[in-house]
Amino acid sequence: MAANRFNSFSDHGVGIGLRIPHYNHIFSEKPVVDWFEIISENFMCDAGRPMHVLDRILEQYRVVQHGVSMYFGSATEPDPEHLRRLKQLVRRTGTPWLSDHLAWGSVDGNYTHDLLPLPYTWEAVHRTVERVKQAQDVLEIPVAVENVSSYAAFNDSEMSEWEFLNEVVERADCGILLDVNNIYVSSVNHEFDPFIYLNAIPAERVAQIHIAGHSRYEKYILDTHDHPVIDPVWALYARAIERCGYTPTLLEWDDHIPTFDEVHNEALKANQYLEAVKPQALKENLAAVTV
Amino acid sequence: MSHTAMPLAELQRQVAAVTMTPLTADEGMSEVTLDGRSTRAIAERIIAPNSLLSSFERLELYNRQYWFRVLSALAEDFNSLRTLLGSRVYDELAIAYLSAHPNRSFTLRNLGSKLPEWLAAHAEFAGRRHTLAVDVARIEWAFVEAFDNAAFKPLLATDALRFTAESRVKLQAHLRLLALNYPADSLVLDVQHRERGEASEGGHADEREALPPLKLTGLRAAPTWLAVHRVEYNVYFKRITREEYGILTSLAEGQQLADALEHGFKHSRIPAAKRAEHLRGWFQNWSELGWLCAAES
Repeated sequence: MAANRFNSFSDHGVGIGLRIPHYNHIFSEKPVVDWFEIISENFMCDAGRPMHVLDRILEQYRVVQHGVSMYFGSATEPDPEHLRRLKQLVRRTGTPWLSDHLAWGSVDGNYTHDLLPLPYTWEAVHRTVERVKQAQDVLEIPVAVENVSSYAAFNDSEMSEWEFLNEVVERADCGILLDVNNIYVSSVNHEFDPFIYLNAIPAERVAQIHIAGHSRYEKYILDTHDHPVIDPVWALYARAIERCGYTPTLLEWDDHIPTFDEVHNEALKANQYLEAVKPQALKENLAAVTV
Repeated sequence: MSHTAMPLAELQRQVAAVTMTPLTADEGMSEVTLDGRSTRAIAERIIAPNSLLSSFERLELYNRQYWFRVLSALAEDFNSLRTLLGSRVYDELAIAYLSAHPNRSFTLRNLGSKLPEWLAAHAEFAGRRHTLAVDVARIEWAFVEAFDNAAFKPLLATDALRFTAESRVKLQAHLRLLALNYPADSLVLDVQHRERGEASEGGHADEREALPPLKLTGLRAAPTWLAVHRVEYNVYFKRITREEYGILTSLAEGQQLADALEHGFKHSRIPAAKRAEHLRGWFQNWSELGWLCAAES
């Protein structure tokens, strides 16, 4: 089920985010990593070291693009230059699918550089669907939208977050980047049962899964991506894999970044859930190339 | 009483206005936006409270995140400016700048693009160090541009031999030329060198850590012309002469070679008899550094 049209029928297993503190290790040790996720905006420049690094990575690894500023839910018009540059990068990386967030973050051309939650209204559904479809048409690859972690809810909301997500992905006919840590963070901040959310997701649309750590404060949780994954999040991941099958999985670690091996080993814990559902053909293929 | 939903664009404008309002001295959310509206009233109209946090407190989390993020990103690009002025003065400057110029780009890379120009017009934020601070800001922004701007295919040294008085050339896209009032590149290099040392021992210096103003020893005002450029994947500073600066900036403006030379040597102290020799050396050097490109590139 998980190799689907929303991830170009990919067999990607466990990956990690490509981060600057790990560059030297990656180039000197050439560790075996199934795939790297890059933040698109970090490589939407013209030349110089970022593009050189990317080209070296592309020589040896599979790369999937993840964006942070498409802002599908922003009500005012996007910057066409952003999509143009994104398409250039898509051509360069050959990413099989591309993801960004179900959020907004710019208005009237001013950027907050945050993933702000949307009011779950029909107007927001229609606007977001329009923007996701536009991105898919221009980029000509599958687009997956990621559920964000949030700290605020809106008085104007007309449905739950999962109902909103489902309406958007059905109408835009796009995939889901299911972030189980974000579900957990939001479930604490908004006082709901995370399994109700998870069980409501259309599993056949899940292109990729994110796992991550976070920081707990007295009255809320912040999605800081600076800790290992906690057990309740692994429990959500286990349920997600049970529902979705073998799904490309990515650990996010963006702050207080430890050694490459520490990050990679944390990510590889996902294999204990993935192995049980790995398709037989994939197991045989892997066995053939690793003999 | 029936509740009418606010149009999405209006809701987003109001949330953005609150989120981008500078924090109070103790890093809380201000009671009023920059244009005088009540943040508490906006929060209560738009944001639902939960059992632990009020509407105001929930929106405050985003307000704090916005400022921590943009201040951190700006400090990363203008670390020498922050070191020169000290964290207290720099923070006031950064907040004022970001309030006047919220980012209009999808990438944080462009956050500081207007800072040198803005600082030049706001002496009140740097006091007696204003002129030097503007120079430092200009160098740091040039560094950002040189780091990842495009690279055109350069002309070969032999191409320069075929130049005529009417020739036009384009300058390399990552080359930035600066006319400064201070030899401020030495200050920037010192700060970068120190930062590299700190980074290698225990991660990058915390840009939120309090920092006193830099003690300046031996840095005196002196007209300085600087090229900021990229070789392979590293950015370098290269001092150039006033004449080189004049010729190169004229070429960058699209002037013909003869006009560029005339401009470059205007008021020059280099004797006429020596100019040809200088020009040969400069053009050879510029070619070797890949600064000269075909006009149509």
